[in-house]
Amino acid sequence: MGRYILRRLMHGLVVLAGVSVLVFALLHVSGDPVAVLLPLDTPPEEVARFRHQMGFDRPLPVQYLFFISRAVRGDFGYSYHYRTAALPLVLNRLPATLRLTGAALAFSVLVALPAGLAAALHERTPLDLSIRLAVLIGQSAPGFWLALLLIAVFAVRLGWFPVSGARGWRSLVLPAVTVGSFSLAALARLLRAGLLDVLAQEYIRTARSKGLSPRQVMIHHALKNAAIPVVTMLGLQVGFLLGGAVIAEEVFAYPGMGRLLVSAVGHRDLPVIQAFVTVTATLIVLVNLAVDVAYGWLDPRIRQG
Amino acid sequence: MMPPQRRRSLAGPLGLAVLTLIALTAALAPLLSPHDPMEQDITRRLLPPVWLGGVPEYPLGTDGVGRDVLSRLIYGSRVSLLVGLSTTALAGLMGVSLGLAAGYFGGGVDALLSRLSDVQQAVPFLVLALAVVALVKPGLLNLIAVLTVTTWVNYFRVIRGAVLAAREEEYVWAARALGCGDARLILRHILPNVAGPAVVVATLLMANVIIFEASLSFLGLGVPRSLPTWGRSVADGRDYLVSAWWIALFPGLAIMTTVAAINLLGDWLRDRLNPWRRR
Repeated sequence: MGRYILRRLMHGLVVLAGVSVLVFALLHVSGDPVAVLLPLDTPPEEVARFRHQMGFDRPLPVQYLFFISRAVRGDFGYSYHYRTAALPLVLNRLPATLRLTGAALAFSVLVALPAGLAAALHERTPLDLSIRLAVLIGQSAPGFWLALLLIAVFAVRLGWFPVSGARGWRSLVLPAVTVGSFSLAALARLLRAGLLDVLAQEYIRTARSKGLSPRQVMIHHALKNAAIPVVTMLGLQVGFLLGGAVIAEEVFAYPGMGRLLVSAVGHRDLPVIQAFVTVTATLIVLVNLAVDVAYGWLDPRIRQG
Repeated sequence: MMPPQRRRSLAGPLGLAVLTLIALTAALAPLLSPHDPMEQDITRRLLPPVWLGGVPEYPLGTDGVGRDVLSRLIYGSRVSLLVGLSTTALAGLMGVSLGLAAGYFGGGVDALLSRLSDVQQAVPFLVLALAVVALVKPGLLNLIAVLTVTTWVNYFRVIRGAVLAAREEEYVWAARALGCGDARLILRHILPNVAGPAVVVATLLMANVIIFEASLSFLGLGVPRSLPTWGRSVADGRDYLVSAWWIALFPGLAIMTTVAAINLLGDWLRDRLNPWRRR
């Protein structure tokens, strides 16, 4: 087990090294970084001085080494817009985003579990059909639009929740529903399909013929096996949740790091964008590491492979 | 294992029919639109839909600067379908060929490409697309390019896995023993095995790409302002959520309907192409 964890840890570090190249490359995607960073009407001698000052006249590998040696120390440079260090700017808003994605994940799992279960137990009944229709809507409605609908109905018409901001748990509800709805649909659907597959297996028939009640069969035999793909999926959903949080934070004016990203994109504030991508990737690598470890612990075959 | 069993489902054909309708709308947009989607008429702003006291000239009402909501809806389908289809096709070309190469040849190429796909998976698509879109010039071609390089890994992983499985099939060994070359082996014996998974990935990806494009447009990024898009129309309605809800409601419904139709078609194809999975 120790060696398995070490191997996954090394893999995570390799991925992060790759992410650092990607983040470094962001500056060069547009061709000339100076053209991105300076206004169009900058005089040529000014451009040349800036190019030299920023080190853009050096070979790319040298520039990368310079970048990575600062990045590992948490130095992504100063935000062009806010004129403060970029990484703390992102990290300061991380807790708010974690609260939002955490609430979204909790919401999606808590609703997906009973929904998937009910749909599988009552296959091809009106209940199953309406759950599947809701799943289809959840998978197909764009987050920004869903957010606006929720605001119009629950914040403006009914006045149950605030329209925007982050004051208390009430302001977390609508953004969390927005961010969680896509994962909710994906999980409910996967759980339903998984349960139906498992329920068709021989050992379920055996369990039934032993005289176990449907409820016992479901909980002891079916749910456990159907949960395996759901756990894998949860690891993959983190990326979707963080991506969805960017949109929801913007619509609800929620002060997380996603809203910071949108404003940084608007200002072409590259250090903040680079810090954001690095922080997000680190989070995802950590979550996947945790999922891998949990897996190796649950299933001995994996840690030997 | 139970024998494969086909259930007659109307969902797939329904999805296909809806998509065909939307594609026709996009193709015939100039004929179907009652107005120029960019034409503003300040004297006729915020008109409600016709059944709520509007005028028949603007069946779905007008937006904050007096543009026809229906015409913008019709023209908006063009960008969504164009970006969705071309990104899905280009990312498919890239992901399938690289997946074939990595799965078939293995070794250093495989290791490099697999790490690259791991790296891309550690950055959410929307975040990567946002970061890159910020730095390139706005425009349809750039947007499609950005979405292509951020989504090809969807194909790569699935295709690489399918190739690894197909490579060990007996008929592939047999063909190789008969002296079949790499190119022929890949095209004649392996490619047919990965076509099914590729089609399934394509439908699911197209649904997501349409949502990505709409999200970027909603944020005012990607597609230039001179083109009407569903995402931007929703953003236009943001300030009128209560007083003129129709501005944001209809384009959102259009996105949802399109994506739902693609999802229905995708599920149906997945069932058809994978006879052992009944549900």
